[in-house]
Amino acid sequence: MKMVTAIVKPFKLDEVREALSAIGVQGVTVTEVKGFGRQKGHTELYRGAEYVVDFLPKVKIEAAVDDAIVDRVIEAIEAAARTGKIGDGKIFVSTLEQVVRIRTGETGKDAL
Amino acid sequence: MNKLLIAFVLSLFALAFGESAFAQAASDAASAAAPAAPMAAASGASAAEAASAAASTPVANKGDVAWMIVATALVIMMSVPALALFYGGLVRSKNMLSVLMQVFVTFSMIVVLWCIYGYSLAFSEGNAFFGGFDRLFMKDMFNPKDGTFAMAATFSKGVYIPELLFLAFQATFAAITCCLIVGAFAERMKFSAVLAFMVLWFTFSYAPIAHMVWFWMGPDAYSAKEVVDATNAKAGFIWQMGALDFAGGTVVHINAAVAGLVGAFMIGKRIGYGRESFTPHSLTLTMVGAALLWVGWFGFNAGSALEAGNTAVLAFINTFSATSAAVLAWCIGEAVFKGKASMLGAASGAVAGLVAITPACGNVGLMGAIVIGFIAGFACLWGVTGLKRMLGADDSLDVFGVHGVGGIVGALLTGVFNNQALGGPGLVGDWVTATVSSVPIMDQLWIQFKGVVITIVWSGVVSLIAYKIVDMTIGLRVSEEDEREGLDITAHGETAYHN
Repeated sequence: MKMVTAIVKPFKLDEVREALSAIGVQGVTVTEVKGFGRQKGHTELYRGAEYVVDFLPKVKIEAAVDDAIVDRVIEAIEAAARTGKIGDGKIFVSTLEQVVRIRTGETGKDAL
Repeated sequence: MNKLLIAFVLSLFALAFGESAFAQAASDAASAAAPAAPMAAASGASAAEAASAAASTPVANKGDVAWMIVATALVIMMSVPALALFYGGLVRSKNMLSVLMQVFVTFSMIVVLWCIYGYSLAFSEGNAFFGGFDRLFMKDMFNPKDGTFAMAATFSKGVYIPELLFLAFQATFAAITCCLIVGAFAERMKFSAVLAFMVLWFTFSYAPIAHMVWFWMGPDAYSAKEVVDATNAKAGFIWQMGALDFAGGTVVHINAAVAGLVGAFMIGKRIGYGRESFTPHSLTLTMVGAALLWVGWFGFNAGSALEAGNTAVLAFINTFSATSAAVLAWCIGEAVFKGKASMLGAASGAVAGLVAITPACGNVGLMGAIVIGFIAGFACLWGVTGLKRMLGADDSLDVFGVHGVGGIVGALLTGVFNNQALGGPGLVGDWVTATVSSVPIMDQLWIQFKGVVITIVWSGVVSLIAYKIVDMTIGLRVSEEDEREGLDITAHGETAYHN
């Protein structure tokens, strides 16, 4: 089992969600986050005062998936979230030790 | 605690003196049976004149009364909510309620003080600088015995409005002027200190400046050539010089802006100024506030005609066009010099245009108004950028940059575009015959300039002393800890937004 964590542009969230549903991902967790990468920030000007905004808003999508579909999940997110411009985000994949479905007590692959 | 004490003392005074004034009014009701316009009746005219005035008790026109009630309500809307929202959106969310509260409570407090003594100090006969005490506790303005109301003069001979309505209209001016100052020291001043300062400044700067600029005996007082000099001598100091200020460029905007700038210097910069981000927390609310200000300002400016007539129409269209021109000017200025036109710029431009056209609205011609608006847009953009850096004070919401610069631009240009040669309406040169004429542009400009300088110096000195007194008694500034936490929680125990 793998945990796929993707940081994407906020307006790409719906497309990513649809792409993941299409390949059978049962659920994801979405968080609004801020951060910086190569895109860096931007400046805002209020009357005379200029402020540098270092952290840009992004959306973090977390999906716990079976090893069998992890490559397709990565491809789906990549395809859906890409604009080709700087700031499209990143995908992190890590090994997942255990999963428990709280309602039934199922564990492992059955709980995905 | 201090503010509570102040409030209690004030209300006690109000009750005590109010009762006695009431009793007195009732006892000599017979003698005050025909309360003619105080400004007109006390004109120093001959006994026969007074008798004839008393015989034909002036009756207010219902159209004028209806318009002035609407105008007064519009100006109330300018403070609460318009100005409060305009300012509130510009501060950080942790100080939102403190700004709303400072505006709300200052407004209410000044209205009460205005009814008790402010109106009398500003608009009853006294010397050239201060009014008298004839109207203390609104004395003799309403006679409960026979249900009659005192009448106040307008700008036309034989046209009157109930003096209580004039009092109410002017109350909103006094109150919003004080509220304007709040923007300069927002996010760091003690609530009690704000209110204490307002009492002092209102009494010793607003009331006398209003008296100096606006108090006169009314058109009917000029009944014959012989009384002109004596009648002029009873008017306010700046009025006697011949300065034009239709709706308060000096009295309201320059006056408040100087008080704000002095405050910004005396209280010091906000913690983190220039290092931390002080971005406005809701430009949406700022836009709502600015737009409501614009609507309310039609009451402020067109209402200052005191009649529902041609002058009100002139003030109305000038307020409309100048403001639009200033919005365009500010946005063009931003686009050219900063690269982008911003929402905050458009909102600020609207306020800049409204401020600048305030002294001019009923005193300048149609194209003059558009030129004034355009110049004000660029001038105030410089006011909040170049001038602000030069001054080096943390005027939080640019009270001086917008109201000071806009007020000065408007007050001076009123002297230029009033001239009939430039399409202006001119001014009444002879009140006996109500003949309109034009003063040479340079002469009028010089008079306007003197009015501006007197206002700046007067307000500056009074503010300096008032802040000093408050600093020594209550202390101007909240603790560093409270400032970091935000004034909403620390001063008022509540939070604007719950996420």
